[in-house]
Amino acid sequence: MIRFDDVVLRYASATRPAVNGVSLDAPRGAITAIVGPNGSGKSTLVRALLGRLVPERGTISLDGIPIQTLSRLEAARRVALVPQREEPAFPLVVRDFIALGRYAHGGVWSGETVDDRAAIASAAQRAGVNEYLGRRTVELSGGEWQRVRIARALAQGGDALVLDEPTAFLDVAHEMAVFELLDALAREGRAVLLVSHQLNLVARFATRIALLHAGALAAFGTPDDVMRGDLLEQVYEWPLVVSRDPAVGAPVLVPLRHRAPR
Amino acid sequence: MRPRTWIALLVALLVAALAGLALGPVSLAPGTVWSALFGNGDANAIAIVQTLRLPRIALGIVIGAGLGVSGAALQATLRNPLAEPYLLGVSGGAAVGAVTAVALHFTSLAVLPIAAFAGAALAVTLVLLVARAAGARGDPRVLLMAGVVVGAFANAAVMVLLAGAPGDTVRGALWWMMGSLSDATWQGTRWIAVYVVIGGTLLLALGREIELLALGEDPAAALGVDVERATRRVYLAASLLAAVTVAGAGLVGFVGLVVPAIVRALGARSVRSVMLGAAIAGGALVVAADVVARTVRAPAELPLGAVTALIGVPFFLSRLRRMT
Repeated sequence: MIRFDDVVLRYASATRPAVNGVSLDAPRGAITAIVGPNGSGKSTLVRALLGRLVPERGTISLDGIPIQTLSRLEAARRVALVPQREEPAFPLVVRDFIALGRYAHGGVWSGETVDDRAAIASAAQRAGVNEYLGRRTVELSGGEWQRVRIARALAQGGDALVLDEPTAFLDVAHEMAVFELLDALAREGRAVLLVSHQLNLVARFATRIALLHAGALAAFGTPDDVMRGDLLEQVYEWPLVVSRDPAVGAPVLVPLRHRAPR
Repeated sequence: MRPRTWIALLVALLVAALAGLALGPVSLAPGTVWSALFGNGDANAIAIVQTLRLPRIALGIVIGAGLGVSGAALQATLRNPLAEPYLLGVSGGAAVGAVTAVALHFTSLAVLPIAAFAGAALAVTLVLLVARAAGARGDPRVLLMAGVVVGAFANAAVMVLLAGAPGDTVRGALWWMMGSLSDATWQGTRWIAVYVVIGGTLLLALGREIELLALGEDPAAALGVDVERATRRVYLAASLLAAVTVAGAGLVGFVGLVVPAIVRALGARSVRSVMLGAAIAGGALVVAADVVARTVRAPAELPLGAVTALIGVPFFLSRLRRMT
């Protein structure tokens, strides 16, 4: 569904590219995760999907169509995206905020259609935000705010959902709830592309993981392929061990202290 | 916004307009105003109401509406509750354009707004370039500093343009730069109204894009907005509105700042309703401020821009304090 093919991305004033020759794809029906240290190029890939950065080389395509040939509206109808940071300039009522997801489906003067209302109601239900539809966005906790943003992306529709660190600042329960929701959406046939720092959760939920290091792809494969101690230690430049947790049946990363604790 | 809030806004506009008809150096009783509106009664009263005050009120409504809509659109697009054409230097740029046109003997109100628009578009481009060079287009303080600097430059440019002009022209130009509705005519007001309707309709048509731009550039792009194109269109349409108001009534500051905030506080939710509400409230505010300008030191007249600044500056400071 989403494919990056030998993509090189460079910010206007930068001497070195932020992303250098990355190829990966996110198929329907699976969670594909992008992980890597801070500054490794994860969010740059997401910004390129938004058309905010044009590849210097390589192509980004949606179902085989190069993204540059699609208008922003056409791209938004195919891929719903939750950017990393977002702060409305003026507080909005949650229901109105979710309704903004329907922008790509309406005309200049068109009001809310029956389809819009159905999509908004279903998105609010799926994301579990029904109880605070009437509240204002400034009154939401971090966890509620992330769910409302995911609800807007669900209202937007499309076959792919891209999220840039959707569980940053969330507690364990909220974090798990988001991952479970993404898992369910993937099982229904959506392509889910997720940027995350939560390696252990990603290892449990993602079908495939792309590990970025200094703008290049250090590994791309199943959680067992990528969650290797030697590889992760080299990329994150920190001593760590990876074991298999018998309780969850997935690889688990444990960062070590430089000195053994007394 | 609830229907009764809309009605309250319209009533405020009506009250301001009636006060504008009745009050001034010569105060008229409501009955006299009513008769004069229909051409009955005292000939002096008819002349005052129909020739002097009515076009002045009409111009005030149009100018206020333009400033209100322009301020509402700029605040949402720039994600900055302190943005407005005057503080952003856009009105100053429009003044340079208008004074240049006058210096070249283009004084018709059909042409003057176009010259003012060219100046305004140049100013908004400069402000955004300065803010971008500072690396923080989103930082409200940097943007306002850029606006103040460009506005000061525009003032200086106007002074240079006026340097060789006769004393009367300079005095007239200075009076105009402080904002005034005293030159209102029906013909001029019609032209200004045409331009305000064009600019206002363009911004209302961009309402959905503006709503998303207020979330930030990346979220807007994610939802399907061509950010660069939409932003450019908003700046152009908002500059057109600001320029037209400058061509019609000189520099009237702070209306675009105060009015959208009032309308939001009254419960307007969507950007389109904020813009429409700001159009009505802007008209009411400018007409009311003009009544104050005409009556406080009658028969002398205060500059309209001074009255709106006296209201706007404390408001600006309270908003700034809340933001920092």
